[in-house]
Amino acid sequence: MNRNAFLAGLKDIAPMMIAYAPIALLWGTLAASTGLSPFQAWLMSAFVYSGAAQFVSMDLIKTGTPLALLIFAIATVSLRHVLMSASVSRHITAISKPKAMLLLFWLTDEAWALIERRALHQPISASYFAGVAIPLWFVWMTFCAIGTQLGSALGDTTRYGLDFAFAAMFIAVLAGFWKGTRTALVLATSAAVAVVAKLYIPGAWYIILGGIAGMLVAVAGHTEETSSHDS
Amino acid sequence: MIPDGWFIYLAILGMGLATYATRLAGYMLLSGTHISGRFKTALEAVPPAILTAVIAPTVFLQGQAEMIAGAVTLLSAVLKLPLLVTIGLGVSSVALLRTVV
Repeated sequence: MNRNAFLAGLKDIAPMMIAYAPIALLWGTLAASTGLSPFQAWLMSAFVYSGAAQFVSMDLIKTGTPLALLIFAIATVSLRHVLMSASVSRHITAISKPKAMLLLFWLTDEAWALIERRALHQPISASYFAGVAIPLWFVWMTFCAIGTQLGSALGDTTRYGLDFAFAAMFIAVLAGFWKGTRTALVLATSAAVAVVAKLYIPGAWYIILGGIAGMLVAVAGHTEETSSHDS
Repeated sequence: MIPDGWFIYLAILGMGLATYATRLAGYMLLSGTHISGRFKTALEAVPPAILTAVIAPTVFLQGQAEMIAGAVTLLSAVLKLPLLVTIGLGVSSVALLRTVV
């Protein structure tokens, strides 16, 4: 374990740790109103560790969704992770397979974005991966469990704008991927398809549809010039 | 039928396995394979395409406050301000804008 690389990851994820405490509390209150005990809420946060999946699941459990359908719905909400994990596999070739498989348990949207950002300039070590991915897990589990005891004492959290921290971080990371007009086409397509899909298709399909649309545009623009770097 | 007390534990187990499977899948499919040509181009487009698709509805569909705050954040990111500053600017500008627009 390289202490400096771990701390670099911790430093990168720190703003998200602050922003996620109130969001975790909010989920905890929702979990309590759905009938989960503090222990069950903690267990779900520890084992599922996905804000998107956990918020959606409370809706589904409340409306009495059968188990198999619930799990299927959560898998579709999490489909974006397949692409994130595929992309990240390019940067973690130096990490042994068992270690990588363990670390990938903590691959959240947030950790993924920060790993991609760092990978633009330097290789990703297991220590950095652990530093950027695991500390947020403790914040998430703890505050999700505390939230079940708070009721609605929290008030309207959107007042503080913390719900926007995630989008702001993604925009900050996104700027690093700018490579001229070719990128503009990919971004415009992804954004347009995601917005339209969000408006007309229920669920979380907009992420995977927008992502694939952007990838297709990139492939359509694939030329000998871009492939000449291949060995 | 599933007994009442068991449902939530089975749900946690199933949801956890489903989520972990998606987190492993891309890596398991690609680790150790040589990637080139169009497939490489597609994979290189994953970060910008997914980052954009995740946030586009937040920025463009929620309202003017989020749209303007998104522009402020982007400006800060393009100017290469530190990550913490960029996130802080985004959060504080959206909080401020929600009180006025």
